[in-house]
Amino acid sequence: MAALAKSRTLIYNLNSKLGSLGMLNRLTRRHFPSLTPQILASSDFHYNNSPNLFVSRHFESTKAQTHPGSLHGDDDQLLDFPGGKVGITSQMRFISETNDWRVPCYRVLDDDGQPIGEFVEVDEETALKMYTNMVTLQVMDTLFYEAQRQGRISFYVTTIGEEAINIASAAALSMDDIIFPQYREAGVLLWRGFTLQEFANQCFSNEADYGKGRQMPVHYGSRKLNYITIASTVATQLPHAVGAAYSLKMDKKDACVITYFGDGGTSTGDFHAAVNFAAVMETPVIFFCRNNGWAISTPISDQLRSDGVVVRGQGYGIQSIRVDGNDALAIYNAVGAARKMAILEERPILIEAMTYRVGHHTTSDDSTRYRPVAEIEWWRNSRDPITKFRKWIEGNRWWNDEEESQLRISTRNNVLEAIQAAEKLKKPPVAELFTDVYDVLPPNLLEQRKSLMETLKKHPEEYPQDFPL
Amino acid sequence: MAATFQSLGASSSLSTPNSFDSKLFHVPRPKSLAERKGGSLFVRSDLFPDNGSKLKVGRAGNLAVNAVATKGHSSSTASKPGHEVLLFEALREGLDEEMQRDPCVCVIGEDVGHYGGSYKVTKGLATKYGDLRVLDTPIAENSFTGMGIGAAMTGLRPVIEGMNMGFLLLAFNQISNNCGMLHYTSGGQFTIPVVIRGPGGVGRQLGAEHSQRLESYFQSIPGIQMVACSTPYNAKGLMKAAIRSENPVILFEHVLLYNLKERIPDEEYVVSLEEAEMVRPGEHITILTYSRMRYHVMQAAKTLVNKGYDPEVIDIRSLKPFDLFTIGNSVKKTHRVLIVEECMRTGGIGASLTAAINENFHDYLDAPIVCLSSQDVPTPYAGTLEDWTVVQPAQIVTAVEQLCR
Repeated sequence: MAALAKSRTLIYNLNSKLGSLGMLNRLTRRHFPSLTPQILASSDFHYNNSPNLFVSRHFESTKAQTHPGSLHGDDDQLLDFPGGKVGITSQMRFISETNDWRVPCYRVLDDDGQPIGEFVEVDEETALKMYTNMVTLQVMDTLFYEAQRQGRISFYVTTIGEEAINIASAAALSMDDIIFPQYREAGVLLWRGFTLQEFANQCFSNEADYGKGRQMPVHYGSRKLNYITIASTVATQLPHAVGAAYSLKMDKKDACVITYFGDGGTSTGDFHAAVNFAAVMETPVIFFCRNNGWAISTPISDQLRSDGVVVRGQGYGIQSIRVDGNDALAIYNAVGAARKMAILEERPILIEAMTYRVGHHTTSDDSTRYRPVAEIEWWRNSRDPITKFRKWIEGNRWWNDEEESQLRISTRNNVLEAIQAAEKLKKPPVAELFTDVYDVLPPNLLEQRKSLMETLKKHPEEYPQDFPL
Repeated sequence: MAATFQSLGASSSLSTPNSFDSKLFHVPRPKSLAERKGGSLFVRSDLFPDNGSKLKVGRAGNLAVNAVATKGHSSSTASKPGHEVLLFEALREGLDEEMQRDPCVCVIGEDVGHYGGSYKVTKGLATKYGDLRVLDTPIAENSFTGMGIGAAMTGLRPVIEGMNMGFLLLAFNQISNNCGMLHYTSGGQFTIPVVIRGPGGVGRQLGAEHSQRLESYFQSIPGIQMVACSTPYNAKGLMKAAIRSENPVILFEHVLLYNLKERIPDEEYVVSLEEAEMVRPGEHITILTYSRMRYHVMQAAKTLVNKGYDPEVIDIRSLKPFDLFTIGNSVKKTHRVLIVEECMRTGGIGASLTAAINENFHDYLDAPIVCLSSQDVPTPYAGTLEDWTVVQPAQIVTAVEQLCR
């Protein structure tokens, strides 16, 4: 047997003399008390003479479903192949491309806001915080969208219809959990404490923007809130999330990583590779797919042919669940459970939240060109996540109409104030064009900055007068 | 020591971008750099001028920083003590020392763990540090590069190994759009201190796909630094410096240089990421090169010396940014420049270097810059054909003779 010490604990504390056997036993007992380390039983283990194949604990923890005794082969004969034993069948049968029925989605509240079945209780304070955040998100989105239409900002992305996904998933996490967003998750940042003013500053790219005016609107980022700066590239954040989770695992932190992406994002190479990596490396990451049915104008039927995204989890060897994305409590429960599993068992989880993209893809899109207005309106009115949650909190007598209108009016005023204030602030100075490319300005950038400054001084009439240098 | 670099500081405050004040460049290099007598090598290097409060002076801190090889042989050290290593062992030593020094340093790549790496650079490290710090990955360069970027943003210092540099083309999206950009677009909130390394260049009949010279493709990406090692000494030093740097650094190794042997110092040293290496001082012509071509140039230099020429050979080492200080000094002295590179003619490092030298030192040139590169063809497999896509010493000699006429 290969004499490698595979270590899963903090490396610098590890006694490197601990053999692989010892480590494997420790792992097995921790995760699967009923599973014996079958790989090591020498009667079963055929590979101890092979120098290249070594005992792997990864093998152990992902093999949960494949006890040799429970195979569906015709006879009990087993064949050895790299990767484990497989049974034999004399019938040539292709596995169907789909199950007989679609994977059902987990739901807590019905359309009237009444709980069906069991769920983890949410106290009044948390429930109200969730609700007010959802409303704030909706108001913020509406007003920023209008601001873009008025030409005050150049671009915006709304989360209309996905407020429950944004807020409820954030509510189930701790502040130590790291977020790798895509671009439709402003609510997660809102929950964590990003102020309306900070949102407005980024959208207006003014001098108070933490991104120093370098990214398009809605590309928020906040180190202190553990929300990684958004990049426009689709699904590139998925491998990043796996890397961050790997870093958390090495530090043995009581925290996980969550990364968001849409149904379209699951077609990318980065999705496949990241999910596969997370499974192989057993990293604590939650892959949260917002399946809202549309990737700009591409409907889900043109995006994939599987039963959505949830069935892909098994393809990579990870646990997955489908939830009703318009049900805040369902999301809250699922993310909470996923977080526990991810951290305690060091495994990735895939969550598919089914929902509908009520708004346009961005302000550069007019979705009425490719889908019926009636469809959009139906989802906006009948399946609104905020309305559903409101029914539930009103049912608990935690909320009423008066508080509702007060909330909406004051939020609207706050957002307008933030927009106006952000509009008035100056833009970042031209000198910031060159900083942060590297940690220190190298000679070529110093040269280029000099050159630009001189040009600006020589031809002031060619450039806006109100731009600070 | 301080005098040399303070003059660099003064030069960058000139009003026009393309003129270096000539009198500043006649400050002779201090002997302390050129003659290492073993013992402590602690030389403070203030690489960047103090230009306002934002810049950090003395990036190298208290480390031994040594940019210049000793005079005499291009790849041997003056100190008798020390130990002999092959280049891949030197890389491993550098990696090992940094992993020991900082528990956040980890290695990510294909077959780097128990297998020890395709070129044995990480051999033994998995046993020493565990498989979590020397991580074997599935085959998805975009993914493990992205993973390294995410890990770097959250506190680790990954060294990402591409089994062959050409495979990193799959990671181009991550390298260009995320690695180079996220520090900037996040407003400085997130740093990405990764090192991306791997062997590239034309090998021995490896076929076109395994003979890529990625430095051409990457050189335009803002936010990254690129260095190329060529000797065991600078390989170890650059590896260590790259790991310690807060910027993403791409370290280009060459497939054919891994078995070079050299005696390197026992004591710890780090080499500057932004400085070129004076391989052979001379008077008649400046030959700029890097990586494997350095050896073809030195071979040609032997012939040239016999013919009575005195070439000055500089291994530029820093591909992004160029060390225009060293290069400029040399151009002002010799007035003729020959660039010898392995990149293809179009869009290679040589093309950019030609433009940079022309722009900055045009007045000092007595002849047009000549750039010897590979042809714009995929690298053929047949040995003879492959040899002729790479610049050979005979061509270098001819070019020098023509330039120096």
